[in-house]
Amino acid sequence: MPVRCECNYSEEMNSGRAAAISSVGGEIRSLLGPENVLSANEDLMLYEFDGSVEKARPELVVFPRTTEDVSSIVRLAARYEVPIVGRGAGTGLSGGALARGGGVMIVFARMNKIIEIDVESRRAVVQAGVVNADITKAVEHAGLYFAPDPSSQKSCTIGGNVAENAGGPHTLAYGVTTNHIAALELVLPDGEVVRVGSNHGDAPGYDLCGLFVGSEGTLALVTEITVKLSPKPESVKTLLAIFDTIEDASQTVVEITAQGITPAACEMLDGWTLRIVEDYIQAGFPRDSAAVLLLEVEGVREAVEAQEAAIGEVCRRCRAREVRRARDDHERELLWKGRKNAFGALGRLAPSNYVLDGVIPRSKLPQALTNILEIGKKYGFHIGNIFHAGDGNLHPIVLYDPRDAQQFKNAVAAAEEIIRYCVELGGALTGEHGVGMEKNELMSLLFSDADFELMRRVHDAFNPDSSLNPGKIFPLSKGCGEIRIRRQTVGARG
Amino acid sequence: MSTIANLTERLEGALGKKRIVSAVEELAQYAVDGVAPGAIVRPQCAEEAAEVVRFASAEKLALIPVGARSKCTIGMPPTRCDIALDMSGMREIAHYDAGDLTLSVDAGMPLRELEGALAERQQFLPLAVPCFESSTVGGVIASGIDSVLRQRYGSARDFLIGAEFVDGKGNLCKSGGRVVKNVTGYDLHKLLIGSLGTIGVITRLNFRTFPLPETYGGHVASFESSERALAFRNAVEASDLPVANLELLSPAMAKITKAILAKEDGPVPGCVEGDSWAVYVSFEGSEKIVQRVARDVERLAHEAGARKDEPLDAGYDSQLGGVLREAFEWLRWAAPVVALFRVVLPRIMAETVAALNHTADSLRGAVLVRACGVTYLSLMGEQQDERTLGAFAKVAKDVFVLAAGKQGHATLLHAPLGLKQQVCVWGATPGDFSMMKKVKQAFDPDGIFAPGRYVGGL
Repeated sequence: MPVRCECNYSEEMNSGRAAAISSVGGEIRSLLGPENVLSANEDLMLYEFDGSVEKARPELVVFPRTTEDVSSIVRLAARYEVPIVGRGAGTGLSGGALARGGGVMIVFARMNKIIEIDVESRRAVVQAGVVNADITKAVEHAGLYFAPDPSSQKSCTIGGNVAENAGGPHTLAYGVTTNHIAALELVLPDGEVVRVGSNHGDAPGYDLCGLFVGSEGTLALVTEITVKLSPKPESVKTLLAIFDTIEDASQTVVEITAQGITPAACEMLDGWTLRIVEDYIQAGFPRDSAAVLLLEVEGVREAVEAQEAAIGEVCRRCRAREVRRARDDHERELLWKGRKNAFGALGRLAPSNYVLDGVIPRSKLPQALTNILEIGKKYGFHIGNIFHAGDGNLHPIVLYDPRDAQQFKNAVAAAEEIIRYCVELGGALTGEHGVGMEKNELMSLLFSDADFELMRRVHDAFNPDSSLNPGKIFPLSKGCGEIRIRRQTVGARG
Repeated sequence: MSTIANLTERLEGALGKKRIVSAVEELAQYAVDGVAPGAIVRPQCAEEAAEVVRFASAEKLALIPVGARSKCTIGMPPTRCDIALDMSGMREIAHYDAGDLTLSVDAGMPLRELEGALAERQQFLPLAVPCFESSTVGGVIASGIDSVLRQRYGSARDFLIGAEFVDGKGNLCKSGGRVVKNVTGYDLHKLLIGSLGTIGVITRLNFRTFPLPETYGGHVASFESSERALAFRNAVEASDLPVANLELLSPAMAKITKAILAKEDGPVPGCVEGDSWAVYVSFEGSEKIVQRVARDVERLAHEAGARKDEPLDAGYDSQLGGVLREAFEWLRWAAPVVALFRVVLPRIMAETVAALNHTADSLRGAVLVRACGVTYLSLMGEQQDERTLGAFAKVAKDVFVLAAGKQGHATLLHAPLGLKQQVCVWGATPGDFSMMKKVKQAFDPDGIFAPGRYVGGL
């Protein structure tokens, strides 16, 4: 669980490390130009956060424009034994793009070129820093789009999506990032540039793309990505099912799933949350409801009509007060705006929030929601729920004030208890946000020593010195020697 | 690698007698490309499988995990096989939450049996693969063989959500889980797909399951030229209709298909003939969806200038669809010597189909353009003589070059041993081979799993 990592490497590093950083910085400046390197403390402070509750400051922030730049930076860092971490837009929710080991942060924001669009084969080759939504913008004229749609899609980068194997509301029917990636160009920790996967079709050999997507930047840096594009559906309908109890709403999800109806999206907002969202956005969620389901059905007209009818039937059976259909694009966009900006709306209520990402079998949704509220009460929080109900991916949100040490401690304890509970139900720690440095200590809930040993061997096969994104995924106690190794060699603290 | 002298005794000493087979005639049945194991072990649980792997690891013995052994001809001949680890004894459904559409099943579970269990809850697993009657689910995943439902449901990597397996050190490991969305830890289970047992012994697989469609339908159309047939096939693909399968048969392929349908006493659609190109489209869903797709497909067939075309009802469709699902199986035994290529191309172009068909014609072969950019090209010969193998080897070289030149790739899905001695079935060593070696090394540090069968000799 998160341990507020207030450590500031640049203040505590030994003189050897300071000299190494200074040398690397100098060399990168002459390579990229001074405008592409940050080293002043006030600049570095901007990069010590992401969307999680964690904090860790890099010692140098650099902005490459090409794969060759990245390779050169990585070679320099390797020569001076300085750790590296990649970062897209910093919207991640598990500390994946934080410099836990200090060192050089490679920010991909300026590697934002769309290199090639192949409409016929439905592929696009893009640099890692391209913003998720910009891919769709570039191809929608041809009736295509990029399916994974994390809530941060207007700012998050495709490189970050690949690292975390990002999801989103519409991944219920279409799959998460890994299902939409054909090939990757990678820079290994020694600076070597390799390509894995195949732009078209499955290449012979191990599914390396499948391994690297979701490896959270711990095996290689992704510089270029071949994404699969999807055709826009013939028909789309957006439904809002309104409930007087949260139990009825969650039972509806259970029944929709059990009947084999797969909407494109099936999102739930509880009453407490939707009222806060309404205060902020006026999306059209009824303030007096206990929960709503935001459902979208897509496909050929006949399939959409059939799904709409089937969903309507389930909703009625589960005592929905009303099922509304968005009348036009404006209404539809407004509902989605409410959903996608919900965390922003909640952010207005407290200085900080902690968004969890546990996954459970969908058949256990009603009991899980009840129990999460109980856990919240126990620690003195009202826990809001706004989440991807259709695939059992919960996002309980704990609002707290980080300046209040006890409250922070309670938030962390509540979060841990919720995650443990998800695992007890047969679920997992994280559905789309990643493990990062936030949940790594809880990995033992799911994985055995043998599992860790194999994952460690895979990690070491590509990142033998743990120079790349140290301190992530693996519990520090489970053979994660990386931070300790760094301390021995260059004196960074962990 | 150590000696295999007294292998059976040593195995029995370590594991006890009951799971070990060493009768010569049985060993011969477990031969992979002519390489027979020194012993067969039939574990009944994952821990027993792990114990055998630990023994093999300690003794530096080569081990090949097998299921029903229906697809062991895929890959290069192993350089050695001391132990065949027969997983067919592990065949339980460990967990099935029909309400959640998730399943956890032992590797040795036969596909047909699994199909029955899922059908009781109106669900299924979209692994419509050849050798369906005999295959185990573990073997299907390890072989990476194509499912004819890929166009609609994706490949195994899209619905395999977790796995348990024994690594090369004999440790029982897992990755993924039993939920449909999960990014906890590395997705190691994806590496097992198509790995031919070279990185681990699969003991259990977790899948998401799918609701059985309400009904099915199909359409077959025949064309005078490959260009027109391809135009129709590509129009269907570009239409984004919810199509389950899409296959284009060369005249020779149609002829073989027709013969098999006739042999099975099934109805033979008039469009599946030996003198024209045929395109088969299948679809599924509610009655209304099937009717809609049928209507649109028929229109597209007419627009493309079909010579004849006919709708297939659910029964007809399942007959033809079932035969095409088994294409790999019947093609590889269609003649005494067969080479079967799997060519993957970004775009199926008329000139490519013409070139492949020309090659096929010259060696009594046939062409089957499948969904998702995959084309099968078969070549047939009467005996494994120098002339036939030489001709096959030349074609192999040409096909590998042709595929690479079009940003695709080709492999030999089936080849006689004599051809494997001349040509690497995996084609040119891939550019990311150094990365694959790292994966192999991490999973199987001592190189005990199926040595030599895989890409680049892994």
